[in-house]
Amino acid sequence: MESLEQIKNRAELAVRGAKIGIVINPGPSQQSTLLIDNEHAVAVATFLRDHPALSFDFCSNATGVDWLDRVVKKTTKVKQIVDGVEKEVDQTTEEKVPGYLEAVYHLYSMKLKHGPLIIRMRTANRTDDVRLRSLTPVWRSAELQEREIFDLYGIHFDGHPDLRRILMWDEFKDHPMRKDYEQPDDFEWEPTPHDEVLERAKEHYAPRPQLDGGENITSHSDVATKGR
Amino acid sequence: MSATVETIEAMERPPVTMSSRLDGELLEVSMGPQHPSTHGVFRMNVALEGEIVRKLKPVFGYLHRNHEQIGENTTYLGSMPYTDRLDYFCSMTNNWAYALSVEKLAGIEVPERAEYLRVILAELTRLQNHASLLGFLLSDMGAWGTPLMYAFREREKILDLFESLSGSRMMCDYMRFGGCRADADDAWLARAKQIVDRFPKFLDEFEALILQNEIVIARTQNVGKLSPELAISSGITGPMLRACGVNYDIRKVDGYGIYPRFKFRVPLGDHGDTYDRLMMRALEMRESVEILKQALPQIPAGPIVNPKVKLRAFRPPVGEAYGRIEAPKGELGFYLISDGGPNPYRYRVRPPSFINLTILEDMCLGHVVADVMVILGSIDIVMGEVDR
Repeated sequence: MESLEQIKNRAELAVRGAKIGIVINPGPSQQSTLLIDNEHAVAVATFLRDHPALSFDFCSNATGVDWLDRVVKKTTKVKQIVDGVEKEVDQTTEEKVPGYLEAVYHLYSMKLKHGPLIIRMRTANRTDDVRLRSLTPVWRSAELQEREIFDLYGIHFDGHPDLRRILMWDEFKDHPMRKDYEQPDDFEWEPTPHDEVLERAKEHYAPRPQLDGGENITSHSDVATKGR
Repeated sequence: MSATVETIEAMERPPVTMSSRLDGELLEVSMGPQHPSTHGVFRMNVALEGEIVRKLKPVFGYLHRNHEQIGENTTYLGSMPYTDRLDYFCSMTNNWAYALSVEKLAGIEVPERAEYLRVILAELTRLQNHASLLGFLLSDMGAWGTPLMYAFREREKILDLFESLSGSRMMCDYMRFGGCRADADDAWLARAKQIVDRFPKFLDEFEALILQNEIVIARTQNVGKLSPELAISSGITGPMLRACGVNYDIRKVDGYGIYPRFKFRVPLGDHGDTYDRLMMRALEMRESVEILKQALPQIPAGPIVNPKVKLRAFRPPVGEAYGRIEAPKGELGFYLISDGGPNPYRYRVRPPSFINLTILEDMCLGHVVADVMVILGSIDIVMGEVDR
């Protein structure tokens, strides 16, 4: 298989205006990625599939990844005058890096028996602009997998023939694979609650001093009301 | 009251078929999820014109427990027993695919003896998976019980081997990063060899019993045809892809583990119909027996796990890796992203039977309802893996 740079150059020549980046994988697996811009995604994917020297006709795996907003701390040395003497002082600046959702595709060639070529696309953010171009028209195998990404991560794929929830039920609201997903508070009674479950149980049930008896419960109920 | 007496002519008229009576009218039927031939809790919404399938939409998710999120919330090692529950027929190959991906992620070498053990166990898994699939498929076609029990008799012997090696028949939890968990002694290897040597006899019997059977041929030939182009574009893998005549076996293509050392052939189909898919399993079992016959005598002595790998507090370096193997049902892959912590940042399973269902509708259109069951059975799905 050609190197990522060669494939990148080929694709940029063939698809006018395509912006392709390379995401370096620092790990020992040596699987780096082509980052494809959303606008030209379908054209680039079609090129990768149809070019005779590449012919990535088999999209093995399509999946989503969620990257949360991050705060990157940078430390720079700044010269400041402290007490009349010039000194170098460390200054930390915080930069907020917005998060995004990613769709990752693992491509192989069944004809030439090489691969994997990994391509990924990124949404603009995690909240209101979560649209990507669907690659199902290029590789049919993405059909169910993109539905799964839509279901679990909430990426909307434009051009997908049948974008519905697949694993969760239709009325479900959230996207459970997102990193900030919170499970609904569906507490189930346990005969012997302990630790975390006990704490949650206290929040769910009003104290019953007349049944359980004693001052112990009252002190427990204080904890319970505080928690509410 | 006068009873209507049917004339001879009326009796000789051809019977009114369902399709002509309901001409143009579609009847929507929900097949499953509680139906023995859906192989678990799988549902298909089918629109029928008479008995002919005009539309089919699969419905997933009855067994969904968000396996991937559970994998992201536990340690790397903690997910290993949980991979057994994906495709509960083939826990050994699930273990191997996961171990292979983590080994790629962290750059771990596997000792020789462990590689041999892995190949032996993976091929034994393939034998029992394919044997029971053929049994289930015949069950779906109406050969109730008997062929399935013949297949299960053989499967049971292999499961006994798994049990004596790993302590569990189906949930083996056997592989570790950089090796295997328990060593096989000489008695175990001798027993395995005996079972492998006797397996072709079962295959001869089974093939004579079913593959020439008139009813099996009538029910499967030209049913659910799949073209190689559609199969490749839809990501179909495993025996189902090779039944269409596409020569793509990951054991040959990637040559993972020590597969390049063994001589075996890749059986290919001609027509891509259900009969070819059925035959493919029978032929693949013969090749698995070949591999086992080479691997069992060759196995070297030595350690079964890489001593450098720390299983407790295991933290692979930052990076990502996608590892895949040829599981009995197709390409089983694991995609892992590490952020340097004890849990994977992203843990993705590429389930073969889920993606093989992509073209279920294409294969079933124009066939009668009874064929849907046969076509679905020939895909070889396990819901634990489809819904995850």
